[in-house]
Formats: sequence, structure tokens, C-alpha cells
Amino acid sequence: MKAFWALVYRDIRLSTRVGGEAMTLILFFIMVGVIVPIAIGPDSKVLSRLAPGLIWIAAFLAMILGLDRLFRADDEDGSLLLMRHSRLPFPAVVAAKMVAHWVLTALPLILATPIMALLLAMDFAAWRDSLISLLAGTPGLVAFGAMGAAVTVSLRRGGLIAPVLILPLSIPVLIFGTSAIGESAGRSSAALLFLCAVSLMAAVLAPFAAALALRLSED
Amino acid sequence: MNTAPVHPQRQLTVSGLACQRGERLLFEGLDFMLAPGQAVLLRGPNGAGKTSLLLCLAGVIRPLEGTIAVVGRDEDDPPDIGLLLYRNGLKPRLSVLENLTFWATVEGGDVLAIPDALEQVGLGGLESLFAGYLSSGQTKRLALARLLLANRPIWLLDEPTAALDAEGEALVGQLIDAHLDRGGLVVAATHHDLGLADKARSSTVMLGAIR
Repeated sequence: MKAFWALVYRDIRLSTRVGGEAMTLILFFIMVGVIVPIAIGPDSKVLSRLAPGLIWIAAFLAMILGLDRLFRADDEDGSLLLMRHSRLPFPAVVAAKMVAHWVLTALPLILATPIMALLLAMDFAAWRDSLISLLAGTPGLVAFGAMGAAVTVSLRRGGLIAPVLILPLSIPVLIFGTSAIGESAGRSSAALLFLCAVSLMAAVLAPFAAALALRLSED
Repeated sequence: MNTAPVHPQRQLTVSGLACQRGERLLFEGLDFMLAPGQAVLLRGPNGAGKTSLLLCLAGVIRPLEGTIAVVGRDEDDPPDIGLLLYRNGLKPRLSVLENLTFWATVEGGDVLAIPDALEQVGLGGLESLFAGYLSSGQTKRLALARLLLANRPIWLLDEPTAALDAEGEALVGQLIDAHLDRGGLVVAATHHDLGLADKARSSTVMLGAIR
């Protein structure tokens, strides 16, 4: 377990030391919130109706942006190869990298939701629901993203292919994610449960699938 | 100089091994056996398959045919294999100490302390320097320190002396000797004479006979 957290801390430290990466993501996320009112007009009724979808679109795009970083650096400098012979089982290595990736990409977005709520004219309940929905759904996005990133790690331009690969997998997350930010509490709770289920399943299975893909990519 | 405990007894047997990369057959029918305290030096021209053989032994590349067996290993034993490859897994943005602390935690070992390992490879006093500022020889020494910390019985070394100065080459020879003294196994791909103390403990495998 110590080794697991050591890996998580290393990834977080590496990313924060380079600097600006989390900020880029947040800016990208918020940019969507800035552009949309300009593009479709500042009618707050329309905006607040579109807000759940827009938040998820913005989150999905922002997370795709950082996907390429997940395994590439460790693959190129041989860290992944060495970690196959570490004390950690290889799927646990992948899981640790997923945890770090969630902290580095999803958490900043979740922290930036109050700004999005202001820009998209969301009321407090809608903001709270979107916060919960993102918390529940982003682990699923990270999990699907890890599979995509693992499959494409040996491709030079894999950064563009991985999003296309994971798009169909991510659609359930987007569907349940947006409907979990509904108007009536009864309907939204069912969607939220489904979202949690999708997320949990993906997060449990992805480390094994991604580990297999990474093993095969070296052969 | 070395009072570290002996390694668990391992025996490495390679029989009938063949490896293919792309369309090219690198070697076939390769047999050798390593008992505790023995080393094999892999020789051969560039592209003969030395690194590929090491990756086969490490379980990274699946061999075309043949078997690699490690005798004496239980299911729950910690990993056996210590790798020293061209790609060394060191992060330029982390300090020397951070790199080693990370790898020592992930790879285990627990026999050698990090300052001692740095002292042994001649990097004492550079703990807080970013690894990116090290020269390539120093980076190699850092990778050697990582290998020492992992404390694995089977060493697979790819060009362990590359980029090192004369004193560094001698150091590699000493480290391998100490490793063999503790009952470890070494497979090293190298173009240099490693200057091992006891020639009887090492054998040579020539690769590159197949065109």
C-alpha cells in the first residue's frame, strides 16, 4: 500500500512541478462556460436549461485534453517497464496512476464548478447536483480514458486516437451524468445511481484492461 | 566491504530460446544455465539481439520458442529481477533523492539505505540536485544506485558501463563482483571487459551468428 501511494504522490508531484497543467485544464473548462453565453445569447432561462449538458461537455473535453499524459512519459523513459517488476501488481500500478490522474484532471474541474454555475446561470440546487454528478461520473471517465491511453501508448499520434476510442464507452457516463442534474429529485437520484454503477464498474475493470494493453504494447 | 545478507538461491535456465523482432530472427537454439554466484556476459555486434534477450528474460518480449525457467522461486516471493536498461525510469524533474526514494518504495529492497547506495556509486552529496542536471555518466550511476536499492537476486544489465568513465567501469565490475559474492545472478550485455575478479564465475554467450 505504501508503494501505491508513493506512485500517486510521485505523479502528482511531477505534474505540479512542471506547473500550469491544472490551470490549463481549468481555463479550458471555464472557456466553454464563457463562450456559450456569447454564442447562444445571454438568455438565462435557456442557459440554465442547457447547463447540465454544457458542464458535462466541458468536463469531457477538458479531461480528453490531458489523457495523453497518463502513460506516455512513463512508457518513454522505461518507468512502466521497471514497474512490472515492482512489489506492486501491474494493475495496481495502473490504478495508482488513475488515482493520480483523477486528482490532477477531475478534481480541478470539480473545484471550478462554482464559476461555471455563475456563467451558466445555474441555481444552487443545480450547482450542487452537478457537483455530485461530476464527483460520481469523472472516475468513470478516467477509467475509460486509461484504457484508451493504454491501447494507444505506443502510437506517436495516439493523443488523437484515444479520445475517438473511448467516446462510445463514455456515452453512458454523459447520459446519466447530465440527467443526474435534473429538475426533479426522484428522477435524478435514479440516474445518479446508474452513474455511480457505471463509474464503479469502469474503475474496477479498467486497471486490468489497461495493464494488459500496456503489457502487449511492449511485445 | 559488503556485509549485506546473501540473496535467496535462484537458478536461471534458458533452453532452446529463439527470438524474433519484426521479420528478423535474432537468435535461436540458445541454451545457458546460471547457478547462484555466476554471471553470463552477452557479446555480439550491434543488433545481434543482446537487449532483446534481456527483455525476453525480463518477461517483456515473448520469445518465439524455448523456455526461461527460474528455479527456487515461491509464488509469494518478492520479485527476483533487477533491470538496468537504457531507459532508466528516472525523472529529470525529481531530485536524486526523490527518484531513489520513489523507486526504493516501489521496488522494495529494505537492505541498503539510500545515502549508502549513493555513496557506493559515487553520487554522495548530490541528493537535492534535479536528476535532469546530472551528466549521462552520473545518470548511469543513479540508475545503478536504484538497482542496488532494489536488492534483487537476478540482475539483467544492458550496457552497464555505457557513458561511464574508467573509474565508473571499475565500479560496475566491483558491484557485480559483490553481487555474485552474495549469491546473485548476473546477465550483462556488454562490449567491454567488466574486469571481474574471478573469471571462472563468468561465461560468455556470443550472439549474432545468424544472418
